[in-house]
Amino acid sequence: MSNSFNNLTRGIIRENPVLVMLLGMCPTLGVTTSAINGLGMGLATMFVLLMSNMAISCVKKVIPDIVRIPSFIIIIASFVTVLEMLMQAYTPELYAALGIYIPLIVVNCIILGRAEAFASKNTVFQSLLDAIGMGLGFTLALLLLGSLREVLGNGSIFGYSFISENASPMLLFIMPPGAFLALGGIIAVVNKLRGVN
Amino acid sequence: MNKNILKPVIALTGIAVVMALILGKVRQITQEPISNAKNNQELEAIAMVTGEFDNDPFAEKTDIFTPDKKEKFTMYPARKEGKLNAVAIKSYTNTGFGGKIEIMTGFNADGSIKTFKIITSNETPGLGSKTDEPKFKEQLNGFNPAKQVLKVKQDGGDVDAVTAATISSRAVLRAIERAFAAFQNFNKRDENE
Repeated sequence: MSNSFNNLTRGIIRENPVLVMLLGMCPTLGVTTSAINGLGMGLATMFVLLMSNMAISCVKKVIPDIVRIPSFIIIIASFVTVLEMLMQAYTPELYAALGIYIPLIVVNCIILGRAEAFASKNTVFQSLLDAIGMGLGFTLALLLLGSLREVLGNGSIFGYSFISENASPMLLFIMPPGAFLALGGIIAVVNKLRGVN
Repeated sequence: MNKNILKPVIALTGIAVVMALILGKVRQITQEPISNAKNNQELEAIAMVTGEFDNDPFAEKTDIFTPDKKEKFTMYPARKEGKLNAVAIKSYTNTGFGGKIEIMTGFNADGSIKTFKIITSNETPGLGSKTDEPKFKEQLNGFNPAKQVLKVKQDGGDVDAVTAATISSRAVLRAIERAFAAFQNFNKRDENE
């Protein structure tokens, strides 16, 4: 039981994929220009992570070791394509905003990393818990980064502006260099909280 | 040797077949919603730039050409009770700060601009993206490119560019100008026939 709980919560803070392990930097830096984009990207990745972790855990016994990685990639790529079609059909605006980063979930190292390190060695249920934890950790990190950049760079949160029309926010934060500055700041705070010197 | 190769081949093939079946099924389910979503987006843009209409602009769309006949834009007529109210023309330019900009422009029957909407663009957020905001847009309401100069003031025209985004402003005007030229060209051909 404590082991299950551990698998569930590990990804959220202690081994947070973005803020602690620094995985999946490409979508993290690329799409977090607003809180809604960060949240959308996080949930999209979480969906693929859930499906692929479960599928891989189901078939782990029948896959020979030498074709392990190709099999994982086929499974992950298929779920990403499924996600792409679903988003295009039901959330076209978010799909347009995230653009190229949706197909790029295929090569997000968090997903292949969890498949290889966890799902291929554990039961379906434990893999599900692991995917939820890691997915939530990724989503929270992206939401945090997206919110910070939107507040500083656009003076709004989830599209609701709270500054006057003539005020000029720090545009830098929604441009690419701002992504690095904001992420660096967040990681510094997280490291402080974790007690890293 | 043969035995060693067989198992991986079967496993990989099996996985590929199963995943292909899932993909096929999802494709079947989402095909219609996807094309609806795409049409809705365009229809919304058409409604925004032409005002009221009660026909189906999609059914009546026409291809129109730039005067040099090299490029093709799409024109959607918007009719109210059978009378032509305005047309929406989808045009584009590759001269934006971030590459291609696609614009839907509404023209009144006399050739003046109703308003426009940027459909896809890759302009800098907060700078070039302001070309889709009222301050810039409203300058073009009722603007007639035949009588006024559809260029930014720096280039001797009658439009104020967005501060710090002259290139984006120029590109937006260019796309509209191309739509206007194609529209004029289409009207001319109509008169000759």
